[in-house]
Amino acid sequence: MAWSLSRSELHRLFRLQLYVHIYSRNKKMSRSKTNMEEVKVIGFWASPYVYRVTWALNLKGVKYEYQEEDIFNKSGLLLQYNPVHKKVPVFVHGGKLIAESSVILEYIEETWPQNPLLPTDPHARAMARFWTKFRDDKKPDLYGFFKRAGEEQIQAAKEAQECLKILEEHGLQEKKFFDGDKIGMTDLSMGWLAFWFEAMEEAAGVQVLEANSFPRLHAWIRNFKEVPVVKENHPDQTRLLAYFKWLREMYTKPATT
Amino acid sequence: MADEVVLLDYWISPYAMRLRIALALKGIEYERKEEELNNKSPLLLQSNPVHKKVPVLIHNGKPICESVVALQYIDEVWNDKAPLFPSDPYLRSQAKFWADYVDKKISSFARKLWSGAKGEEMEVVKKDLFDCLRLLEGELGDKPFFGGETLGLVDLALLPFASWFSVHDKFGTFSLEAECPKIPPWVKRCFQMESVSESVPSPDQLYDYVVKMRNSRQE
Repeated sequence: MAWSLSRSELHRLFRLQLYVHIYSRNKKMSRSKTNMEEVKVIGFWASPYVYRVTWALNLKGVKYEYQEEDIFNKSGLLLQYNPVHKKVPVFVHGGKLIAESSVILEYIEETWPQNPLLPTDPHARAMARFWTKFRDDKKPDLYGFFKRAGEEQIQAAKEAQECLKILEEHGLQEKKFFDGDKIGMTDLSMGWLAFWFEAMEEAAGVQVLEANSFPRLHAWIRNFKEVPVVKENHPDQTRLLAYFKWLREMYTKPATT
Repeated sequence: MADEVVLLDYWISPYAMRLRIALALKGIEYERKEEELNNKSPLLLQSNPVHKKVPVLIHNGKPICESVVALQYIDEVWNDKAPLFPSDPYLRSQAKFWADYVDKKISSFARKLWSGAKGEEMEVVKKDLFDCLRLLEGELGDKPFFGGETLGLVDLALLPFASWFSVHDKFGTFSLEAECPKIPPWVKRCFQMESVSESVPSPDQLYDYVVKMRNSRQE
C-alpha cells in the first residue's frame, strides 16, 4: 500500500513512473518519425515512368505504398500532388512531394544509396543522365508510329528506327546493360523497350524493332527481363496489349464533325 | 595533371550561356571555341555525334553534352566553390524539377516567339509563356535568386531565355514588367554579378544584335 512506503521508496516509484512516461513518449516519437518517412508512389499500372520508380525502390529494398490513379479520370489528389504537370508518377516521402520520374530516380539514389543506380565516376554519371534525357526528349519520335496510320506511319516508323539505331550503336554499344554489367538508372529509363514497345508495335500493326536490325537491343531486352526485380514486377502483357489496342483506336479514329 | 577544359560554344545560344556562367561562377579556366552552326567543326561532330549541337563541355578529352547534364557534371567535379545545387536531397530535386520545367516549357515558347508567330498564334504563345513565367515567379518568391542568396541551377537554366524575352520587351511585342513583374528585376540582379555580365550578352547587347541582323536583311 502506497501510504506505507518510505520516502526513498516513493522516490524510486516516482522515478519509475518518470521512466515509463519517457519511454512511452519516445516510442510515440519514433513511430511518428517512421510515419514521416513513409514512402508512397502514385502511379498508373500502364505507365513505364511509374515502373522506373518502383523498380528503383525494389532494387534498393525500400518499402513503399502504391496508390493507383486513373490518368483518364484524374483525381483531386493527383491534381493537388502534381499541379504543374498533372501526371504520374508522383513520389511522396515523409510528406514531401516529387514529380518527374528522372528527378524522382535521382532523389531515391541520394536518399537510399545502397545498390547504387549511378556510377561514382562523374563522366559515367553524365553519360547515364544524357541517355535518360535522350530517351525522354525523343518520345515523340519513338512513339509517333503508334499514333499514325498509312504513309505517315511508315515515315514515323523510320524516325523511331533512327532513334533506336542511336540507342543501339552509341548508347548500348557492346555492353550487356546500358549501365555496364549491372542495371542502373539508364536501364530503368529504357525499361519501356522491354515490355511496352512490343505491345505498341502489335497494337499498331507494324514492326519497328526488328531483331536482325537491332540485335543488341534485342539481347538487352532479354537480359533486362531476367533481372529479378523486373521479372517480379512488370505489367501484364495481355492487359497491356488490350490497353494499347484501345488507345490506338482512339488515336486513329477519324475526327467527327 | 592540370585540368584541360574546352567549351564548344555559340555566343547567343541560351544553352551555351548556361555553361559559361557556371564556369565563371566556379572560377574554372577554359578554352572557348566558337562554332559556326552551318559549318560545324570535326571536333563538335566527334564530341556530340548524337545531336551535333553546342554546347559541349570537354574535360580532359571527355565530352559532356546537354547543358543541364553538363551543369551537374561541373557541380560534381568542381565542388569546392559556388554550389549550383542545394545540399538537401529534396531541395535538389525541386531545383532539378524546375530546371526541367524551363527546358520542357520555356524553351519551346522561346522557339515559337522567334519563329515569327503572328496574330492569334502569337497571342496564344504569349499567354502560355506568361502562365509559365508566373509559376516560376511563385517559385522565386521573395528570394533574390532561385538558388537563394546565390545563383543556382534554375537561375542558370532560365536566365538566358529571360534575357531573350527582354529583347521582345524592347521591341514592344509584350511587356514583361506588366505580365511578370518579378522577372525583370531578377534579370537585372543576375547581370549585376560579374560571373554573368562577363560571360553572356546583356539584353541590351542582344537587342543591338537583333536590330543589326534585321537591318542587314533589309539591305
